[in-house]
Amino acid sequence: MTHPVLSIRNLVVEPRYGGSPIVNGVSLSVDRGEVLALIGASGSGKTTLALTALGHLRPGLSIKQGSVSLDGTELLKAEPRTLRSLRGRIVAYIAQSAAAAFNPRMRLDHQVSESSRVHRTRSHQEALQVAHRLYRELDLPNPEHIGNRFPHQVSGGQLQRFMIAMGLQESPLLLVCDEPTSALDVTTQVEVLRALKQGIQDNQTAALFVSHDLAVVAQVATKIAVLRSGNLVEFGSTQQILEAPREPYTRELVQARKEFTVQRSGRPVPVTTIAPLLKVENITAGYGSVINGRPAITTLQKVDLSIRKGEVTGVIGESGSGKSTLARVIAGLHPAAQGRILFSGETLAPSVEQRSLADRRRIQLVFQMADTALNQKHTVSRIIGRVLKFFHNMPADARAARITELLQMVQLPPHYATRRPTELSGGEKQRVNLARALAANPEVLICDEITSALDNIVAKSIIELVETLRDQLGLAVIFISHDLATVASLAKDVTVLRNGCIVESGSTEAVLSNPQNPYTKLLVSSVPELRPGWLEDAVAARDELQQSLNSGEQAYDASQPRRLEQAR
Amino acid sequence: MSTVAASRPEINVTLWISTTLLILCGFVAFFGPWILPQDPTDFVTDQPFAKAQAGVWLGSDYLGRDILSRLMNGARITLAMAFAATFLAHLIGDSLGLLAAIKGGWVDAFISRVADVILSLPKIIVGLVVVAALGPSVPVIVILAAVVYAAGVFRIARALGNDIVAMDFIKVAKSRGEGTGWVLFGEILPHVVRPLAADFAIRMSFAMLFMSSLSFLGLGVQPPLADWGGLVRENLGGLSAGSLAAVYPALAIAVTSIALNLLVDALGEQKVDQKGTR
Repeated sequence: MTHPVLSIRNLVVEPRYGGSPIVNGVSLSVDRGEVLALIGASGSGKTTLALTALGHLRPGLSIKQGSVSLDGTELLKAEPRTLRSLRGRIVAYIAQSAAAAFNPRMRLDHQVSESSRVHRTRSHQEALQVAHRLYRELDLPNPEHIGNRFPHQVSGGQLQRFMIAMGLQESPLLLVCDEPTSALDVTTQVEVLRALKQGIQDNQTAALFVSHDLAVVAQVATKIAVLRSGNLVEFGSTQQILEAPREPYTRELVQARKEFTVQRSGRPVPVTTIAPLLKVENITAGYGSVINGRPAITTLQKVDLSIRKGEVTGVIGESGSGKSTLARVIAGLHPAAQGRILFSGETLAPSVEQRSLADRRRIQLVFQMADTALNQKHTVSRIIGRVLKFFHNMPADARAARITELLQMVQLPPHYATRRPTELSGGEKQRVNLARALAANPEVLICDEITSALDNIVAKSIIELVETLRDQLGLAVIFISHDLATVASLAKDVTVLRNGCIVESGSTEAVLSNPQNPYTKLLVSSVPELRPGWLEDAVAARDELQQSLNSGEQAYDASQPRRLEQAR
Repeated sequence: MSTVAASRPEINVTLWISTTLLILCGFVAFFGPWILPQDPTDFVTDQPFAKAQAGVWLGSDYLGRDILSRLMNGARITLAMAFAATFLAHLIGDSLGLLAAIKGGWVDAFISRVADVILSLPKIIVGLVVVAALGPSVPVIVILAAVVYAAGVFRIARALGNDIVAMDFIKVAKSRGEGTGWVLFGEILPHVVRPLAADFAIRMSFAMLFMSSLSFLGLGVQPPLADWGGLVRENLGGLSAGSLAAVYPALAIAVTSIALNLLVDALGEQKVDQKGTR
């Protein structure tokens, strides 16, 4: 090969109407068979850069200078017709959300083989054969027939694999993967990563792999480019970046990721014998009409939880495990069908409307998406001030002083009080979100996935903040997350939820370093690690555990005849 | 944000034209009594459908009254009635729509069905029946138009409210135990006020057309007063005689409702500017 598959030279991308460059003078090249990872926090320009490899610029952006050449063709000057002939055939794209990328009304076979049809490279029969071969390679069950299904008839992990098959259909020279596993649960992420790695190897495809997770990248990439606010911070082989990072920012990234492993358990908290502050007993909750204390669709079944002052209790579960329902039940937003919640020994009313002002003040819920949890039309001072007025009936001048104090508590400068949420970054929004909860002077803080929308470095700072607040204010914190590493770094006790039932619970140390239940084992082994070769280990562990889980599953299903099946 | 900038000059032209026209209409309507060239009920010539001449700039009507004065006085009546009706429609529609969005359940179901019933009735026929039964007085016509249009406003307010109600900050407010008042005015209203304001303008053009239609059919404002629709009806006979007396008020109706629609367009373009928070 005389030229690399993709070469980007001195590229500068700017917003068309002023503002700082999104991509600022980046030069990169990808050779045949290479996987180049673009890593960086949100807003670092990694997606914009990756999309230029498809000759695509998002609306409102313009190229100031530089060149992007794909297999010898200059993309930035290419005609739309040329670009169309390249896309799907020479370069293919794998999007983050497969659910949003597939047309729900078309069968999967039809969509996967579409690029063969568009480019008229193969007959219909041949195209389907290629697709089925890819399904087999990607470990999709029943490869000859599964393509007849519609997107909603397969699981999220399977759909993401169909997306990969779609990208590989024409054996492109370059595959652009935009956060292909970020929206998936950890256990699903393992299977998709494995399939993607396999697909790339089998087809000798070069790839651009955009991700914010260094551990994921470490498993698939041969080279890593670290981006920060549009600049290329460091570029090197995976091994060099992980083991001997030169730049401070890269070092910080690697360090932050290293701390995010399950092995580092919660710091030892002196054993307390005090009675639990909040106790959740035998909660069953769900949707639909309740018959004999059982809702038509159960999302939580016989869940217990207890939490003491000054402690963090973790609740771990994948999507659909009922962990958010638990948060809503405790906060009184979703009354339980059965069971009770005790607050310092007294039973709490099930719904918010029946609870007293003091009870409502004591328990505060912090939501995952700070974007939608803060009213964008209000200033920070109005958001926090309302809580102060509502719970403490504080006069205006005292409010201003308290708002400053609260902002300091979450480590934000006082002048942020006049800003609106749109003028804040993701991490800052989450801090305001916390400050609002603290304004009530709560005793129990429920954090529902508060770090999942944030990148590692910001998430780490938020977790440190939660720890500080717990120590300073003696809060009892219920920390709900799908991310074991986050929970492990913070919580004293953990409860693992699956399909609305508690799988395992106990001290973090015991549960995560020596899990008993196969599902917990699977979860623990699926947390990405920086170590090369982790993926292969995780896959091996997964296959083994899946079997014991499946045999357990049958017993589990037999014990619960009244589940989703009934709802249909 | 930046994509809009390319078409910004165009927006300004639309906005500029529509606001100028509307301000002109508003000015004439408001200061009418002080700037009328003639008394609108006076007979300025003894000749019906007279040609334009000095002092009678647009000619005279079927009884020999000054068309320009009657047109200006008509602006006052037409716009005041349309504004009052739209204001009432929004007062009713917005409150009920947002209430339905917050409360959901049977409250939502009940109000929605009532709105369905109103929307399914042909407006003009209902108007004719009601005015025939209660008599063609200004309050009857205004309240009739308000109720008829409140159903449409309700639908829009409810849909806008539903989008906002699904947001987490509403759940935060509810978990705090906030009352309906705060949730409605404090949390939701700031998000929906712009689209509702746009709806106000377009709804006002509908109300104006509706009332003009009633007047044209003889069931609107009664002589000697006349709104624009009434002026068209009065002078219809002049068309065959080559008089433009009926055309001027018709033009006034068209120009005002186009200006209102253009204003909404311009505001709509700017709203795109505001989105993009995701």
